[in-house]
Amino acid sequence: MKDCIDDSFNIYGEQINSRLLIGSALYPSPAIMAESIEASGSQIVTVSLRRQQSAAAGDDFWQLIKDTGLKILPNTAGCHSVKEAVTLAQMCREVFATDWIKLELIGDEYNLQPDPFALLEATKILLAEGFKVLPYCTDDLVLCQRLAQAGCEVLMPWGAPIGTGKGLLNQYNLKTIRERLPELTLIVDAGLGLPSHACQALEMGYDAVLLNSAIAGAGCPVTMSCAFKAAVEAGRFGYLAKAMPEKEVAAPSTPTMGMPFWHQNKI
Amino acid sequence: MNKTMNIMINGQPFVLSDKHTLLDALSQFGAKEPFAVALNGVFIARSLCADTQLNEGDSLELLSPIQGG
Repeated sequence: MKDCIDDSFNIYGEQINSRLLIGSALYPSPAIMAESIEASGSQIVTVSLRRQQSAAAGDDFWQLIKDTGLKILPNTAGCHSVKEAVTLAQMCREVFATDWIKLELIGDEYNLQPDPFALLEATKILLAEGFKVLPYCTDDLVLCQRLAQAGCEVLMPWGAPIGTGKGLLNQYNLKTIRERLPELTLIVDAGLGLPSHACQALEMGYDAVLLNSAIAGAGCPVTMSCAFKAAVEAGRFGYLAKAMPEKEVAAPSTPTMGMPFWHQNKI
Repeated sequence: MNKTMNIMINGQPFVLSDKHTLLDALSQFGAKEPFAVALNGVFIARSLCADTQLNEGDSLELLSPIQGG
C-alpha cells in the first residue's frame, strides 16, 4: 500500500502526485472555478492567452489562478497553423514564465481534431527552442511514435473530441499507444465526461487525465471535481494492483466444500 | 518623427502619436500587465520593445491570461 501512496509520475523531470490535470474554463463563476480546482487536488491547471480587453475583466481570473499556487500549463487553443501556434507558445512562455506548453493545433472545425502534420512540425520547432511540449494529439500510434522520436517526453492523446464527454472512444488505440510507448508519460486529454472514463484511462496504464468540461459543465462542478479525484485514484490503484484475468466461464467465489443439499436436484 | 502613425492593435485601428517604438505603442494603448506582444504575427520579447520601431500599418497582438482547458 505504501507504493500506492507514494506513487507519482513525471512531466519533463518534475514529479507530479495528482493524476488529474484540470482546466480553468467554462465554470459558472470564478468562485466555483476556484473551489472546483481546489477540490480536484490537482497540481496543474491549464490557462490560455487572448486579446487584452480594455476593461480589467481578466484581472480577477488571473489573480484567482495565481492564488491557487498550482503549476501553470498554458495552451495554444484555437491555433490553426504552425506559425500561430509557435507564436502563441512563445507569448505564453513570456507571460506565464514556464517552458511547458500544451500544444494544440486544430485541423478541423467540426470535431476540433488536431492536425497531426502541423502538430509534428510545430513540436519540432518548439522543442528546438527549449520548450517542454505536451502535444494534444489524436490516438494515432504512428503520430505518437513520431512525436516521441522528435523528443516529446509527454503525449496527450484524446479520449474523444473536446467537450463531447463521450469518454474513451477507441480503447484499442489508446491501449496500443500505452503498450508501444511504455517509457513515455501519457495523459488522456479531452473528451471525458464521467469519472468512470477517467478511471478507465488510469486502469489501462495512462499516467493521468486532463479535463475541463466534464467538471465545469456538471450540474455541481465542485462535487464532480471530487468524483474525478476519487476516480483517478481508483483507476491508478486498479492498474497497480493488476486486475484478475478475464474468463469466459463462471467460477464460484464461495467455497463449494460442505455445501448442503449438494446436487440433490440436478437439472 | 513628429507625425502620427496608423497601426492596428488587437484588430482595432489605433493612432500613435509622435513616438513610434513598440514600447511607445504599448504605453499609449494602456497595456495592462501581464501581457505579451506580437508584431505582424511575430513574437517580440518585452526586453526588445523599446528598440523595435513600428511602421505604418503594422499590426500588434496584445495578449493576456484567460481561462483555458
